[in-house]
Amino acid sequence: MTAVEYGQPVGQPHPLHHILSVLVENKSGVLARVASLFSRRGFNISSLAVAPTDDEHLSRITIVVDVASAPLEQVVKQLDKLVNVVSISELAPEEATERELLLATLSAGPLERGQIVQLVGIFGGQVVDVGADAITVVLAGAPSKVDDFEDLLRPLGIVELQRTGRVALPRLHRLR
Amino acid sequence: MRITGAQALIKSLEMQGVEVIFGLPGGAILPVYDPIIDSPIRHILVRHEQGAGHAAEGYAQVTGRPGVAMVTSGPGATNIVTPLANAYMDSTPLVVVSGQVATGSIGTDAFQECPITGVTMDITKHNWLVTDAADIPRTVAAAFHVATTGRPGPVLIDVPKDISNAQMEWYWPQTVEDLDLPGYHPNIEGDPELVHRAAEMILEASRPVIYAGGGILKASGAQALYELAVRTGIPVVTTLMARGAFPDSHPLCLGMPGMHGNYTAVTAMQRADLLLAIGSRFDDRVTGKVSAFAPGAKVVHVDIDPAELGKVRRAEVAIAGDARAVMEEMLEALGSMGIGPEGSAPESGSPAARRPDLRPWISEIRGWQERYPLTYDRSGDTGVLKPQQVVESLRDAAEPGTIVVSGVGQHQMWASQWWRFEEPYTWVNSGGAGTMGFAVPAAIGAKVGRPERAVWAIDGDGCFQMTAQELVTASAERIPVKVAILNNAYLGMVRQWQEMFYEERYSEVYLSPDLPDYVKWAEAMGCVGLRVESPEEVGPAIDKANSIDDRPVVVDFRTDAFEKVYPMVPAGHSNDDIVVSPTEEGAR
Ligand SMILES: Cc1ncc(C[n+]2csc(CCOP(=O)(O)OP(=O)(O)O)c2C)c(N)n1
Ligand SMILES: [Mg+2]
Repeated sequence: MTAVEYGQPVGQPHPLHHILSVLVENKSGVLARVASLFSRRGFNISSLAVAPTDDEHLSRITIVVDVASAPLEQVVKQLDKLVNVVSISELAPEEATERELLLATLSAGPLERGQIVQLVGIFGGQVVDVGADAITVVLAGAPSKVDDFEDLLRPLGIVELQRTGRVALPRLHRLR
Repeated sequence: MRITGAQALIKSLEMQGVEVIFGLPGGAILPVYDPIIDSPIRHILVRHEQGAGHAAEGYAQVTGRPGVAMVTSGPGATNIVTPLANAYMDSTPLVVVSGQVATGSIGTDAFQECPITGVTMDITKHNWLVTDAADIPRTVAAAFHVATTGRPGPVLIDVPKDISNAQMEWYWPQTVEDLDLPGYHPNIEGDPELVHRAAEMILEASRPVIYAGGGILKASGAQALYELAVRTGIPVVTTLMARGAFPDSHPLCLGMPGMHGNYTAVTAMQRADLLLAIGSRFDDRVTGKVSAFAPGAKVVHVDIDPAELGKVRRAEVAIAGDARAVMEEMLEALGSMGIGPEGSAPESGSPAARRPDLRPWISEIRGWQERYPLTYDRSGDTGVLKPQQVVESLRDAAEPGTIVVSGVGQHQMWASQWWRFEEPYTWVNSGGAGTMGFAVPAAIGAKVGRPERAVWAIDGDGCFQMTAQELVTASAERIPVKVAILNNAYLGMVRQWQEMFYEERYSEVYLSPDLPDYVKWAEAMGCVGLRVESPEEVGPAIDKANSIDDRPVVVDFRTDAFEKVYPMVPAGHSNDDIVVSPTEEGAR
């Protein structure tokens, strides 16, 4: 997906990303309403993660959008009008703990496994499945770390790779 | 008490105080039509579901109560999509009940299956697919609550046939908490600090204008607007959706702004140093080119929908709240700053006493009004009938309180420009969506809502052909509306654009003045049909139409096909580029 052009701040090589943490009623069709609102108002979702919360009546949708803050304010207000949306908090990237998960299967016979296992070890990932000529690894981490890991995996022969949407919580304050 | 879902649905509508449903039955909604026979609610059988939706909108616009429409699944439901979109754009409270195929068949492409909640998701304030008969009372109560509170709007309840047939134990939700709407909390009162700041800005301004929008009518705020205007002496423009919110005859009323607004209303906004935007949304038809709109104005923006604040124009003070509640708060704040009742001098020593003199601003405005009044060629030389003259004659012959309903096009603009609206809720039209075909069914709904009022639809020949069949409904149900067709034989508004912006290359806009024969058509539908071809026939025909009260009347006014709507701000241009009528004295 590409970011909408007018949403990008001028002269910045990477568009700003914003994390919206949206608490919604856990009912059928709610995700469609949220997703549809973004497209109707001309915004692109760059990543999305949905799951029920500890309260079974509520789900949390974590949405990453790449836009400047003025148009974002508009989309947040429109989102807030959806009857099924209970609350929205915007997490500034520098004030959030963000995580993504990557699963990758690499073609690797017994001789090539060592190199992969070593890389996984450096990043703190895990080997989750091993076949005769392939290996599946997992890494959960900050998105930039997952990006680096993916870059390093690439030359090693990726068969399949899957990343989740981002999830995030506010960073905790420490006393100093 | 065990009853069926269908019975519960009708009983719930009764509990909501619904007096009339506009609808048309079919397979999936059949169970719900059975208990209608025994209900005190009046059902009006329309000839097309679009008519049901617009009639419900007309009813809602004149009564302030939600309009209710009922349709079957599939094509019945899709036929009411246009009214839903229309009501969404104009914030009209509407509750549509649609039948749906049985829950077990949903997703199988069953006969007349259509996923109407998905189709209407983005053009309703909210919608519900009922999956348990026990949810019906709560859902109906929630639907009315959502449709009528906050920024009003249309909602839809989709009821599968097996749910209508299922048994449930009757109950009625007692409180808002029972409605299961954890994410819905419309706000009413404005932030007192912001209101105070707005009041200060009012007292600092020397060229203020109140930019009054339809939100004022939704909030029952016409009285508060009147107080605000007369106590502060600030002139008022009333948008297309707010015509009647402030009396046209009042010296402070500047009339309609926008693309076809009058010169003074448009220019006063352009030159203002303060715009008090209340229940208005800086629609592109009002602002013209946004970057050139009211360049010297600070903005106070009051709207119940926080998403409207800052959407188009940044406001110095943005107040989220109900238009009436905030205006009343503003009046209180202004009172404490020394603004007295209408006509009184400000308390000496108060902030109001140090207020700039508004007289130079008002006299500048008077100058524009004198130099650029609304005009048209009244010479009558050619013997052709001017559409504006028809509107003026209808207006002058109308009893006070007459409700005017219009379609979309040139005739709509002439109706808004040339009628004189003295009371709120006497003007019904399709503003945001611009839906041709709105007038006839909306007039029917308006007449049902206010049977004691005369209701005139001022329609275009093109619009009339889209929904005229609802006059059969009007005749059958004895709803004596009157329809004036400004028959210019063209899709006139489109013709005007082709004339002005496409070098008179007319493409698919000619309709013919006498195909169909509107008089015969009217008669075939049980109405009285009249035809007016020359200026002298106007008065007698209108008198005759006004004297008929036992059936609908249609008057076919054969008007000048070449007349254009002026003033006009060409689309995308600055409001400073306003083009006035060639007949206007001293035109630029
Ligand atoms: C449903 C719909 N289709 C098309 C249009 C575009 N449109 C706007 S005004 C207009 C012409 C309306 O013709 P008529 O009812 O004769 O009114 P006039 O402008 O001639 O007064 C058209 C086609 C519209 N607004 N609505
Ligand atoms: Mg026409």
